[in-house]
Amino acid sequence: MATNNPPLLEVRNLRVEFPTRRGTLLAVDDVSFDIAPGEVLGVVGESGAGKSLTGNAIIGLLEPPGRIAAGEIRLEGKRIDNLPYEEMRKIRGARIGAIFQDPLTSLNPLYSVSHQLVETIQTHLPLSASAARARALELLKEVGIPGAEERIDHYPHQFSGGMRQRVVIALALCAGPRLIVADEPTTALDVSIQAQIIALLKKLCREHGTAVMLVTHDMGVIAETADRVAVMYAGRIVEVGPVRDVIKHAQHPYTKGLMGSIPSLGVRTERLTQIDGSMPRLTAIPKGCAFNPRCTARGERCLVERPDLMPAGASRAACWLHDARGVGAPVPLARETVNA
Amino acid sequence: MPEGSYVHIEGLKRYFDVSAPWLVRKLERRPRQIVQAVDGIDIEIAKGETFSLVGESGCGKSTVARLVVGLYPPTDGRIEFDGNNMATRRKQGAHSTLRRRMQMIFQDPFASLNPRWRVFDIIAEPIRAFGLSKDKADLEKQVGDLLEQVKLTPADGRKYPHEFSGGQRQRISIARALASQPEFLVCDEPTSALDVSVQAQILNLMMDLQRRLKLTYLFISHNLAVVYHISTRVGVMYLGRLVEQAPTDTLFRRPKHPYTRMLLDTIPDLDMTGRQRAPVAGEVPSPLNPPSGCSFHPRCPFANERCKVERPKALPIEGGTVACHGIEEGRIPIEDRSYTARG
Ligand SMILES: Nc1ncnc2c1ncn2[C@@H]1O[C@H](COP(=O)(O)OP(=O)(O)OP(=O)(O)O)[C@@H](O)[C@H]1O
Ligand SMILES: Nc1ncnc2c1ncn2[C@@H]1O[C@H](COP(=O)(O)OP(=O)(O)O)[C@@H](O)[C@H]1O
Ligand code: SF4
Ligand code: SF4
Ligand SMILES: [Mg+2]
Ligand SMILES: [Mg+2]
Repeated sequence: MATNNPPLLEVRNLRVEFPTRRGTLLAVDDVSFDIAPGEVLGVVGESGAGKSLTGNAIIGLLEPPGRIAAGEIRLEGKRIDNLPYEEMRKIRGARIGAIFQDPLTSLNPLYSVSHQLVETIQTHLPLSASAARARALELLKEVGIPGAEERIDHYPHQFSGGMRQRVVIALALCAGPRLIVADEPTTALDVSIQAQIIALLKKLCREHGTAVMLVTHDMGVIAETADRVAVMYAGRIVEVGPVRDVIKHAQHPYTKGLMGSIPSLGVRTERLTQIDGSMPRLTAIPKGCAFNPRCTARGERCLVERPDLMPAGASRAACWLHDARGVGAPVPLARETVNA
Repeated sequence: MPEGSYVHIEGLKRYFDVSAPWLVRKLERRPRQIVQAVDGIDIEIAKGETFSLVGESGCGKSTVARLVVGLYPPTDGRIEFDGNNMATRRKQGAHSTLRRRMQMIFQDPFASLNPRWRVFDIIAEPIRAFGLSKDKADLEKQVGDLLEQVKLTPADGRKYPHEFSGGQRQRISIARALASQPEFLVCDEPTSALDVSVQAQILNLMMDLQRRLKLTYLFISHNLAVVYHISTRVGVMYLGRLVEQAPTDTLFRRPKHPYTRMLLDTIPDLDMTGRQRAPVAGEVPSPLNPPSGCSFHPRCPFANERCKVERPKALPIEGGTVACHGIEEGRIPIEDRSYTARG
């Protein structure tokens, strides 16, 4: 948590587009954020908000026809969004590690875990086969595989889900990356195993100064892991701030609704707080503030003018409520708001 | 069957044979492999209540759900529904009236709806199958009403499932499940595939419908906070067995079984009180060869010699039951846990 250091990762005005027959879809719209060394930035938001595309843009794995249409991404000051494929591939293994939701997408079922680790290590580090194997074993121990000596030569299917995700983390760590982009790393795992993986990611940040971009829709995971949180809605960041502030003093009406809809222990109510309606499709993003059709605080200004991030409490939020001119005359919600 | 019991499940077992084919087994000298997915479970559900099952992946929750609605025949044990023994009724052919009265909602709203059917026909199918409508106009009215019950519109009936979001599709599955006017709904992780904000909408809808239509739920989830909100009673499963069951407040406030306590410790702390989730020791053992005695003993901090050899029986305590030698012997202290309310 060293927020005064220069950023390790800088994302500026990132736009991700999909050209389609019926026009261009804007899936990530003018997204900017930084991550400092050793910092965990949580990225939350409901399915389709643009979290994964933002992560994939950073690691250079946008699937065509998706493309970065504008903006810059810098790692340790150097631009990485416009590099040729081969150069980006090297950076991806060596300086940026990637962890995905399903550990099986990152593991080859035909090769033993030792084979895959040794191969990755040797791609990025000038080590002999035996030195690489020793490092592989060390990594497996570090990520907490019990009996690593016996299990190193096993195949992925011989590991449980939680163990496989640890192997994937070991793979991502092979070359000592500066940044890890983890997209829903615990979503497929049981809560009990989730806690172990989270503890492991935090240890890495602490001990190696690795920065982590943690994409998830699980606020519990964010609460325990992240230093700062960015909340995405319909392709944009609507709120970003220190984790405590975003969770306990949400500033954007969407964040407030999101926090309220999470069932928590201790208070049992007849109904959970719910945000009526659903996130707009990319083909039908409303004018003005994209959240306005669901927002009970909206005013006339919200229907025409799109808010950018602005200071709001200890955070920043894209909402006219935090602007000196306010939202304008109130506009009640349409009654037929469709439910998600 | 005890008084007040509406769904009565006794000694329920379901084993799966997952052995390699006979020839392979002989050639490679491998033994038969049997998964004891559900290994002797007793549950009572009273009318109008929500009984929830929780537990880690693979502990047998979905198998119980499928057994209860009759998608699998049990290996052993009995299931009674409103005084009817399901196995006997199946033989007598009186099964279909009972089937009408219980329906199931699945986790994946994408896989459980036929993509080639319009929503109208998806919802009308059970009404037609059980002959519940007088004529075409009546059928249309029923489907329209069902769509409105789940906060969609009759006009949505003309669309296909792919035109809806995940939450809307789950609403369609609920409308379909309600179409045969059931009293008992078995819901297997109905919100696990949904975002939290959509989950809140669906849970609110399910609670509203329960009150309005006097439904009884068997609810399955691995999300303890969700279970806390919607359940009357909760059962905790571990490796095919029910290790503890209790009224919801008792279970969360005074958990007794060491496994229940471990599960509660894994709930993430949104209050940011600084409480760390206890990193759980070990993982769920393979159900192919569950540990002897109490199957939780390799992960249990209170395990002793008796735990390794003798399977604990479910004994009544504080309005629920617990299967644990340590609790029975009084060597595990039972304490109140406190939860801080949020906000
Ligand atoms: N048809 C089947 N054939 C063989 N084994 C099965 C079958 N269905 C379930 N099992 C096994 O039975 C055990 C219990 O499975 P079940 O699907 O009931 O778990 P669950 O508690 O619902 O888990 P999850 O939370 O992952 O949905 C598992 O070990 C599973 O692999
Ligand atoms: N190949 C594609 N073609 C068109 N639209 C896409 C494609 N991939 C993603 N999208 C859209 O971009 C938006 C953001 O997607 P994504 O980043 O995956 O969301 P999430 O926040 O769930 O990770 C969604 O509306 C999604 O439908
Ligand atoms: S800008 Fe207006 S519509 Fe958007 S979140 Fe703020 S108040 Fe609501
Ligand atoms: S029976 Fe023994 S091993 Fe099992 S939970 Fe109780 S104390 Fe632990
Ligand atoms: Mg995603
Ligand atoms: Mg299941």
